Amino acid sequence: MSEHAASRTFYVALGISLLVLTAVTVFAAFVNLGPFNPVVALLIATIKATLVVLFFMHVKGASEKMTGAVVVSGFFFLAILLALAMADYLTRAWR
Amino acid sequence: MASAAIPAHPATERTNYLTNGFSVKSWLLTTDHKRIAVLYLISITLFFFLGGFFAMLIRLELLTPASDLMHTDTYNKAFTMHGMIMVFFFLIPVVPATLGNFLVPLMIGAKDLAFPRINLLSWYLYVLGGILITHCMLTGGVDTGWTFYTPFSTAFTNTKIIEAGLAAFVAGFSSIFTGLNFIVTIHRMRAPGLTWNRLPLFIWANYATSLIMILGTPVVAITIVLVAVERLFHLGIFDPRLGGDPLLFQHLFWFYSHPAVYIMILPSMGIISELITAFSRKRVFGYNFVALSSVAIAVIGFLVWAHHMFVAGISLYAAMVFSFLTFFVGVPSAIKVFNWTATLYRGSISYATPMLYAFGFIGLFTIGGLTGLFLATLGIDVHVTDTYFVVAHFHYVMVGGVLMGFLGGLHFWWPKISGRLYPEGWAKLSALFVFVGFNLTFFPQFILGYLGMPRRYADYSHMPEFQVLNVLSTAGSSVLAVGYLLPMIYFVWSLRYGPLADANPWAAAGLEWKTASPPPTFNFDETPVVTWEAYNYDEIELKEQKEVAVG
Repeated sequence: MSEHAASRTFYVALGISLLVLTAVTVFAAFVNLGPFNPVVALLIATIKATLVVLFFMHVKGASEKMTGAVVVSGFFFLAILLALAMADYLTRAWR
Repeated sequence: MASAAIPAHPATERTNYLTNGFSVKSWLLTTDHKRIAVLYLISITLFFFLGGFFAMLIRLELLTPASDLMHTDTYNKAFTMHGMIMVFFFLIPVVPATLGNFLVPLMIGAKDLAFPRINLLSWYLYVLGGILITHCMLTGGVDTGWTFYTPFSTAFTNTKIIEAGLAAFVAGFSSIFTGLNFIVTIHRMRAPGLTWNRLPLFIWANYATSLIMILGTPVVAITIVLVAVERLFHLGIFDPRLGGDPLLFQHLFWFYSHPAVYIMILPSMGIISELITAFSRKRVFGYNFVALSSVAIAVIGFLVWAHHMFVAGISLYAAMVFSFLTFFVGVPSAIKVFNWTATLYRGSISYATPMLYAFGFIGLFTIGGLTGLFLATLGIDVHVTDTYFVVAHFHYVMVGGVLMGFLGGLHFWWPKISGRLYPEGWAKLSALFVFVGFNLTFFPQFILGYLGMPRRYADYSHMPEFQVLNVLSTAGSSVLAVGYLLPMIYFVWSLRYGPLADANPWAAAGLEWKTASPPPTFNFDETPVVTWEAYNYDEIELKEQKEVAVG
């Protein structure tokens, strides 16, 4: 019971930290950082996504190797999307 | 007197999944994978005929060169609805959600899918998506084509983009849930002894399909949300005036939508493997190659998407890479076709209706696949992009492939699903109608496209010489429609009047044939233990010979 209560507290704290990071994203958007505005936004988004994947999706502490395989495959296919789309974008001007 | 001593309907005496409750509630709240498969079958058939109605409107409009049946704007909406309904509400779910849902647990000796309630939820999501697209259609429709290309979809058209996108979004989650269910079920619920190397090839095909559903569908869902966000809030994602890139939309859209072609075709390929082995009484030639080629198609299929964008302004160098990769994805498909053909060699072939569809599939898919290689060639693609050549190519794959496979599978497993046999003569006639009608509809379109007739135009009055081929195509579509209506009629007829089927009317291998037709709610009285290889037709044949000798 106490373990359940502790985990609930942890998840509430985690949820609040995600909301705080959202507020930081909004705040950072109004600060002129030049080309670094999208960098900061993406960095915060990545931190938030990592927290969600590790804790809310229970990837951290998962004992099954399959869980790791699923996560790695997901990121692998995301990498394919980004790499091949960028392969077009970055070489469009080449003649 | 003698007939009184023998039960009139021995097969229907035991409670099966169809007789286990007759109320509407027992169907709408069922978690039985077989009943959910039937629910899917009914709803998907409705959408197939709705999509077919729009196809007939298109063909009727193109019967004459002038745009005289409907306004050109209405024509745009008609082909959009045809595409959206057929792709999102028929082709993607048709095999996994109906035959897959019904057969995956049966074929692996399980009582149900891993998440029965999520399975039911997936059907409700499908229905919700269907209601949304129907509402969209009845209240004005959408005119972008099923591809929603930007900037037209975000900045110019005033039709119901967001509602149509939402329908596809919701239907997408339905297929994610199906894929998730299949992956977990196949990993965790196989019967003892049913190793990966003994799995039926239909299971391998659905497994590979599920991988694509899980990995690809979220991307198109997010893309649809981005289109809505740009339309509603004018955030610059795809619109260059706002700092976006219109080609980014096409990259994201096709990252899912090209692999979606494999979501459509892979399960049908799995069906063909089952049919070819059952009706040639032979183990499939090169089991491992056929099984792993499904996974190879799923993986390589994710690397080829930009061949839809060769003339859209992408980098020439990227186009060359995508062209090469597109040729590469043809290899595992060819492995399948060659192995099916090799399976036939010295087989004991019978020409039942499912086998006719399997033969049709091999021929039509080969034409569809080979013309895909034409389109992978950069120079030819520039000439035929957005012409009827492309339309003919993908209909040979999607209709000639997916639909032929589905109809073959539906006939093959109909005795298992319904407990009744269908009328073989009518079924063969309808297979003939489908094959002839299909070729008459779509082969002329290859020629039309090569001659330069563009797709998505209601009016070709500046090129009246195209009319002859268009008339042939429209005539073929009428024959095709008859070919599709016939099974609808005789399947319904067989539910009441068809002869009762025993557990294994085809004497086929596979666990699904070892339980009653129709199966009981939990599929097997005892969990089967598998001690044999897949498609052990040699052993079945020996056993039959021994039984005859003893008898």
